Amino acid sequence: MTNIQDLGIAGIRSGIDGGDFTAVEVAEIFVERVSAAKSLNAFLVETPDHALSAAKAADEAKAKGETLGKMAGIPIGMKDLFCTEGVPTTAASGILEGFTPQYESTVSANLFKNGAGMLGKLNMDQFAMGSSNETSAFGNVISPWRRNDGGNTDLAPGGSSGGSAAVVSGRIAPAATGTDTGGSIRQPAAFVGITGFKPTYGRCSRWGTIAFASSLDQAGPMAHDTRDCAIMLEAMAGFDPKDSTSLDFPVPDWEKALSSDLKGKKVGIPKEYRVDNMPSEIDALWQQGIEWMKDAGATIVDVSLPHTKYALPAYYIIAPAEASSNLARYDGVRYGKRNLPDGAGLQDMYAATREAGFGDEVKRRIMIGTYVLSAGYYDAYYTQAQKVRTLISQDFEKAWNQCDLLLTPTAPSAAFGLGEKADDPLAMYLNDVFTVPSSLAGLPAMSVPAGLDGQGLPLGLQVIGKALDEQSVFNAGLALEERAGFEAKPEQWW
Amino acid sequence: MSVDKETVQKIANLSRIAITDEECEHFVPELNQILGWVEQLGEVDCSNVEPMTAVIPNKLRLRADEVTDGDKRDKVLANAPVAEHGFFAVPKVIE
Repeated sequence: MTNIQDLGIAGIRSGIDGGDFTAVEVAEIFVERVSAAKSLNAFLVETPDHALSAAKAADEAKAKGETLGKMAGIPIGMKDLFCTEGVPTTAASGILEGFTPQYESTVSANLFKNGAGMLGKLNMDQFAMGSSNETSAFGNVISPWRRNDGGNTDLAPGGSSGGSAAVVSGRIAPAATGTDTGGSIRQPAAFVGITGFKPTYGRCSRWGTIAFASSLDQAGPMAHDTRDCAIMLEAMAGFDPKDSTSLDFPVPDWEKALSSDLKGKKVGIPKEYRVDNMPSEIDALWQQGIEWMKDAGATIVDVSLPHTKYALPAYYIIAPAEASSNLARYDGVRYGKRNLPDGAGLQDMYAATREAGFGDEVKRRIMIGTYVLSAGYYDAYYTQAQKVRTLISQDFEKAWNQCDLLLTPTAPSAAFGLGEKADDPLAMYLNDVFTVPSSLAGLPAMSVPAGLDGQGLPLGLQVIGKALDEQSVFNAGLALEERAGFEAKPEQWW
Repeated sequence: MSVDKETVQKIANLSRIAITDEECEHFVPELNQILGWVEQLGEVDCSNVEPMTAVIPNKLRLRADEVTDGDKRDKVLANAPVAEHGFFAVPKVIE
């Protein structure tokens, strides 16, 4: 008898199709798992009724012989960055406490249209600013994983999509939405041993997704494996006239075209990703990944992305600059928190509201962004960063003359303990060293769970592809997945 | 370039974030550490490089100048901390 909680999207789909179980049975199991997992602090809001009614609709549609949507009867977790109509949405920030969207984000609407149900809204780093889920105004998410030293140190699930990572790896939801600005899908996926996919910038509409850095923000799936990510991305993506940077291209049938045969594909290994102080286990896993790629028929080529080391500093100018502008909307006038000290005027109200509502990391980034955009500094910082961004993008363009895909580690370390890096913003930023360059270039990239380190914690490999060539990324991900045979799961202690 | 307490207060003011003296003391070294680190971008020769404007070449679409949405006053005001007479309400700004 299959254990339903261990099934992903494709497994649930075939079980419902084959009549092994009903969608309502599936939803009931996951609703129960959500309510039993409170100690992980992964959900900010639980919406069992939503999951159950979508499941009921799927069962009824099946009974009537109707064609089911791609996500029919799949109860998912929704990162709290997506506005959901009638369901409180805060982006894990105090400044949006009490905010209930009057509209549905395009991505969540697309998923619901395809039959998905929602188990609840997932905790995350505040406004998606963080790499460990420690900047949430509503407490840390605790990773389901523990080190194999017999201790019970609470580990970071990664960030910013930390709640999404925790629930999928803990088998509390079969899949979840994530968003990725500089690695926020891929790094947490790597930390918890699941698969995360960031599509080409513009594939998923940003409409109704709370903005962090608009030129970088992209939604994507976080799920058990490559196939599940392909199914879910098909349901999320698509042209949206309400987003001016939405790409007007049809959504390919990625799942149908999945193939782990990489014959004829050239996979580049960028030498600049061999960074100092990288644990030898990660380097060894990367080597193993190269062998797996060869085994799948790919040719390996050495490539150079010479501006890689400048990607992080450029990102930490561009993303805060965009954030300082995007977050100017939180003024205590139109929505969210208002803090009005006695006798205060409008300007004092803005300052007091934002003082009380934003967390430290958010304030830090707004202030950095404000500074680099201010008169006298704009060209030295912001324009220079955007020029470097052009060079980083050109590095990839040149690499594509030699190869079709790139293979790198996803993150420079395995998951760390909560609190271990919280006091040093810069050390935290370095977590994104391998994921930020492809974000700056808008390229599709995914993290595939590939092995465990000596502490028994998951490690991921990253595949980066050409713009709009999600298919090749999925296929390479599938090839790695088949060879890695990653089956480790966190033991349930919560 | 590095920032001092006065500059941090000025940035906070431009950001419309009230900060105490104590917080300001805290932000000075933090912001300097980050700014010192991003300054390495100055090493990169960017002569003849255009700043990036779009990661994926994409033409800005235009649509017909038609009303496609509206009549949602109550929804727009639904989350306002204070709404009065169908408007957002703020503290008095004119004496």
